[in-house]
Amino acid sequence: MNQRINPSSQPTPVAERQRAAGAVHARTSGGDRLRSWLDHHREMWRESWRRFFAAPMSSGMTALVIAIALALPAALQLGLTNFQRAVAGWDGQPQISVFLHKRAKESVVMDYADQLRADPLVAGVTYISPEQALAEFQQASGLGDALVGMESNPLPAVLLVRPAGSDSAALESLAARLRESALTDSVVLDMAWVQRLAQLTELGRRMSAGLAFLLALGVLLVVVNSIRLHIENRREEILVVKLVGATDAFVRRPFLYTGLVYGLVGGLIAWLLVSVGVWLLAGPVSGLANLYGSGFRLDGPGITYFLGLAGGAALLGLIGAWLAVARHISAIQPR
Amino acid sequence: MIKFDNVNKRYESGQDALGRVSLEIGRAEMVFLTGHSGAGKSTLLKLLTAIERPTRGSIIVAGQNLNRLRNGQIPYYRRNLGIVFQNHQLLFDRSVFDNVALPLAVAGCSKREVGRRVRAALDKVGLLHKEKQNPIVLSGGEQQRVGIARAVVNKPALLVADEPTGNLDPKLSEEIMQLFRQFNAVGTTVLIASHDLELIARMRQRVLTLQQGQLIYDGYPSREPAY
Ligand SMILES: Nc1ncnc2c1ncn2[C@@H]1O[C@H](COP(=O)(O)OP(=O)(O)OP(=O)(O)O)[C@@H](O)[C@H]1O
Ligand SMILES: [Mg+2]
Repeated sequence: MNQRINPSSQPTPVAERQRAAGAVHARTSGGDRLRSWLDHHREMWRESWRRFFAAPMSSGMTALVIAIALALPAALQLGLTNFQRAVAGWDGQPQISVFLHKRAKESVVMDYADQLRADPLVAGVTYISPEQALAEFQQASGLGDALVGMESNPLPAVLLVRPAGSDSAALESLAARLRESALTDSVVLDMAWVQRLAQLTELGRRMSAGLAFLLALGVLLVVVNSIRLHIENRREEILVVKLVGATDAFVRRPFLYTGLVYGLVGGLIAWLLVSVGVWLLAGPVSGLANLYGSGFRLDGPGITYFLGLAGGAALLGLIGAWLAVARHISAIQPR
Repeated sequence: MIKFDNVNKRYESGQDALGRVSLEIGRAEMVFLTGHSGAGKSTLLKLLTAIERPTRGSIIVAGQNLNRLRNGQIPYYRRNLGIVFQNHQLLFDRSVFDNVALPLAVAGCSKREVGRRVRAALDKVGLLHKEKQNPIVLSGGEQQRVGIARAVVNKPALLVADEPTGNLDPKLSEEIMQLFRQFNAVGTTVLIASHDLELIARMRQRVLTLQQGQLIYDGYPSREPAY
């Protein structure tokens, strides 16, 4: 190895002998080799882009297939993130509403509330008097005027009980106890939809992960196939460079870069697709949010999202190219 | 420079292309390899260029035993050879210059060095003025000369050619042979496989003749009128 690192500016007898032997690498110093190795990488990087745009139809198609395959799970992921953000305002904690008998005295109810607060299963109790309930209802429903004419308040007092845990058996037993009280008219355990929502979100997440996996596999196959065609098209060239002393790494390099470029362009197009989709949906979503009195706005694909998508796509392109190259290049040997 | 010791090559088809061939070629010698079609000339050159491996026997080139050459070392071994093969021709998607530069690019030469050496090689074969052209527009003889420039651009110690004048007319063939002679004159060992007995006779060099994979003649035919 040190024989190769031999500055050609000072011809020693050894260097002279090697000159006579005529080995190219004998006269190329380590620094030169590193520089030319870097040069070759840079050249292959540029060359891959050149080749990509030299056949815009076929490379564009490949990139588009990759883009669509990536955009689907990416959009789903973004949708899920947004959905979770939208429902985040809704407390995931279950809550028990205890509707009291209309004739229950307020002082007795207050005692009962205190008693409940002492219960280890209970985290907190909020008392809503019939008057408060009415005011809230009028405000929320917009039916204020309709109720003005009524002689008496039709609404009962309510105790909002926040349980200490979310264990469903404990919740059920607490609800049962609340139901037994003489003061209680009815008990509503409004946790079912919260759980359902959480479960649906989880289901969506798993489905999108599964879909992402399958489509990533699809992207890999597309890249492997395109690179295989590239290799086939450049068969003659591969034979010649191998015959003049190209290492496998040298032969592989342009194809790996081509895979990388496919992935990058595919990722970029996927990001564009998702961005356009978000842009198209932003109007309707904010309209819908306004109807529900929410200030929710759709979160677009940001910079980290873009980097993740492009990076993931580039990685897939590289892996695909590597698989193709590992399979097909060693099979091409001069005969 | 080259030493074959009882070399046998049997292809996977079961064909014995070479059988027990032993020969020695010294440094800076110029040798012709001849014989009928199918005699094993190309096979011998493929063994020499590590395209094929011998079935039996050993091959030593410049002190290196080719039997012990690992696959990963083959590229480095080939960088010390100049190879002119008829069926591994020029690449038509790049200029004459870039074709000739291939062995240097592969070996990782600096840009400046590449330019200097490629021009020197093209100058030797008389095609310096065509460096920017695509080889597809060149004549057969010119293309062959570009191939030779590519083979000598890394100043190999050993130059190997398989039918380098295969489809050229006698005058062009003669010119190509003169080129090889010039490289030989500056110390390169040259081994050329050829059918062209007349041409070989005119060159007055050592000749090896193969027949059905056997080495049946090794000598200087011009000094032996009987041949
Ligand atoms: N890859 C191969 N697989 C199987 N048999 C082969 C292979 N290459 C050559 N042969 C056989 O080996 C024998 C020698 O072939 P080779 O190519 O060395 O002959 P040659 O002397 O170069 O002939 P030509 O003058 O026609 O080029 C022939 O019989 C040929 O059929
Ligand atoms: Mg042959």
